[in-house]
Amino acid sequence: MSTTTYGWLVLLFPLLGTLLIAFGFRSLPARLVGWIGTGAIVLAFLAALATLISLEGHSPAQRQLVSSLWSYASTVGVNGQMSILVDPLSVYMILVVTGISALIHLYSVAYMDEDRGLARFFSYLNFFVFSMLLLVLAGNFLLLIVGWAFVGAASYLLISFWYRRTTATRAGIKAFVINVVGDVGLVLGTYFIFTHTGTLDFLQTFHATQAGAFNGSHGDLVAGCILLLVGAFAKSAQIPLHTWLPDAMEGPTPVSALIHAATMVTAGVYLIARMHPLFERAPAAQDVGAVVGASTLLIAGTIALVQTDIKRVIAYSTMSQIGYMIMGVSVGAYAAGLFHLMTHAFFKALLFMAAGSVIGAMAGEQSLQKMGGFRKAMPFTYACFIIGGLALSGVPPFSGFFSKDEILLIAGERGGWHWALYVVGYLGAFLTAIYTFRMIFRAFHGEPVSEARELEGGHLHHADVPRNPASGEAEDLDVGFPGPTHAIAERALPMRLAMIVLAVGATGIGLVQIPKVDFVIDDFLRPSFASSPLYELHTNTGLLVFGLLLGTALGLAGIAIAYRIWVARPGTAAAIQARTQSLYELLVHKWYFDEAIELLVVRPAVASGRFARYTFERLVIDETIIGGTTGLVRAGSAAVRAAQSGFVRYYAALLVLGVTAVGFYFLLQS
Amino acid sequence: MSIAWYLAVSAIVFSLGALGVITRRNPLVILLCLELMLNGANLALVAFARMWGNGDGQILALVVMTVAACEVCIGLGMIVAIYRQRLPIDVDDLRELQG
Repeated sequence: MSTTTYGWLVLLFPLLGTLLIAFGFRSLPARLVGWIGTGAIVLAFLAALATLISLEGHSPAQRQLVSSLWSYASTVGVNGQMSILVDPLSVYMILVVTGISALIHLYSVAYMDEDRGLARFFSYLNFFVFSMLLLVLAGNFLLLIVGWAFVGAASYLLISFWYRRTTATRAGIKAFVINVVGDVGLVLGTYFIFTHTGTLDFLQTFHATQAGAFNGSHGDLVAGCILLLVGAFAKSAQIPLHTWLPDAMEGPTPVSALIHAATMVTAGVYLIARMHPLFERAPAAQDVGAVVGASTLLIAGTIALVQTDIKRVIAYSTMSQIGYMIMGVSVGAYAAGLFHLMTHAFFKALLFMAAGSVIGAMAGEQSLQKMGGFRKAMPFTYACFIIGGLALSGVPPFSGFFSKDEILLIAGERGGWHWALYVVGYLGAFLTAIYTFRMIFRAFHGEPVSEARELEGGHLHHADVPRNPASGEAEDLDVGFPGPTHAIAERALPMRLAMIVLAVGATGIGLVQIPKVDFVIDDFLRPSFASSPLYELHTNTGLLVFGLLLGTALGLAGIAIAYRIWVARPGTAAAIQARTQSLYELLVHKWYFDEAIELLVVRPAVASGRFARYTFERLVIDETIIGGTTGLVRAGSAAVRAAQSGFVRYYAALLVLGVTAVGFYFLLQS
Repeated sequence: MSIAWYLAVSAIVFSLGALGVITRRNPLVILLCLELMLNGANLALVAFARMWGNGDGQILALVVMTVAACEVCIGLGMIVAIYRQRLPIDVDDLRELQG
């Protein structure tokens, strides 16, 4: 089979899984559904591996293959093919997506076991994987937009999965609306590019750009790239379109791990990397991306310092790490940014899975303030948390160490104002270590809480009345919720298996690309970035060594500070908070982004909506246009009706009169 | 004799018929008046045929007579139907069809 056939198979399996579960769930045994979903993704992963092997068989210059199934929308001037582009970049992405997804499906089989909506959950999850694969395999803008919108829809469905929780449905709507803002940006950006290149196909667009399609209209290219960035920011939760991501933690934990940490939110990174021939000709757009990425990584890092919901801490950490990736691909560190995407997928999915396990032990409770001392009760989860935390903090030899420092190294190599990005990046790394280990120390160290003691005694705590951890309202038991019984990794083999694989990956995957030693990712991705002058930068050994040492030192220092504040001297956190009350308020309110958006966007929109509804619609539409038309018709018909008296003689008289009048008219005319 | 005389008689007969149709209330009389109108028109047709010296107008007059016969058939049938329904034989009372 050809390489692209394997690519189509990668798309086919999750789609089949979705359809099979969605249409067959009544006749399928409940237990089987999870395994069908998992199996579909495992098959997709195997197909992705086959694509990789098959692609490696081509010579490096011929590793960009386009395959079109049929003409999707062909009309005057627009030729939308149902085509996929199989090149090292897309193969890299499908490997990450299917690999992580397969593990998360496996985890979900145990984690969601008690949920009534199990079949719904797995069909949504498979649909998400299909959409994400469509997004990364798309060979033209049209399919990219389709995949882009599909993942937004899948994300909405999964955030609102427990639809009897008002907090969950509200979070789903918020995520969807903000993502649609991004979709609009993507579509408009595509339009700007399409008007000049005249083609939707990626490779042809890049060729046309190189051939000078934007000569004399540089402004359009910059505008198009910035609009594409709007799409990337919304999908990847970058400031100011990031507020949906923390709220999206209302979804089930596997969803947070898969969509809101490992795959969907990295779509923006993929988009910028894929569009690099355009972005490199629009340095202004690149700078916007780099600055937004850098500010997101710093702001999200500071917010994560004070959050008390364990999943939200990880969510802000995700925003922060994606900030690194966006910054990386915007300054030309494509391989480093994508490498960080992969390592991040490993350790962040691991952290979310471990957090899910802790939440299970707490019977659904997510607040760090109620957790503590789980170290002895959950040794496996603790180990996973430590591995994930070390990888996230960038401590060698864990994976995050290699990928993050490479991004910052290349930012430093660019020189000039990029040094600011370098400094912000290392500041963010320092914060990352602090908030990560704050979370770990608060959940696992200190005095064991009653749930932890119960678990040490061999019994898993169950809440008397299951409550929504966000709002405290009692759960609706009929339609599915995390379940009266919870799953923890220590007692569920599929969860443990998935976490072991991820933990091994989070530990060791960084070794595939060690500066000055091996360049697996660099070499593999090179054909996709063949035209990029930024791809091969001269590496300054001094800066490299300095960066690695600085990264290690900051990571360890952050961990030490966290240890001192939350373990060695437990009262310190409160003392610091008391001394910096105003800063604490700012961070607890997440820099007032929600409030600002509420004030600047939501309120004016609501006010104009209310004006339109109660003033404009009532007066202009209802009374003037509709009322005027009906009044006119009614008055006219009343006049005509009066003529129809029913007297036949009267009609006859009118007829005679009329004919006479016509006759006289012609007589007078002649 | 000038054709104007014929046409004048024709117009008078036609107008009398029309006046009858408009003023009378008995459907039988209205039918009779309609007949008058048709025959007024026939008179004009025959007069014109005479003026041009060909038979076209006379043929048309024969057609009008045929139409008149059909119309009387239907009209009388309707009057019989009205009578059978025990409805008033008065066109002014038969005015259910109104706006």
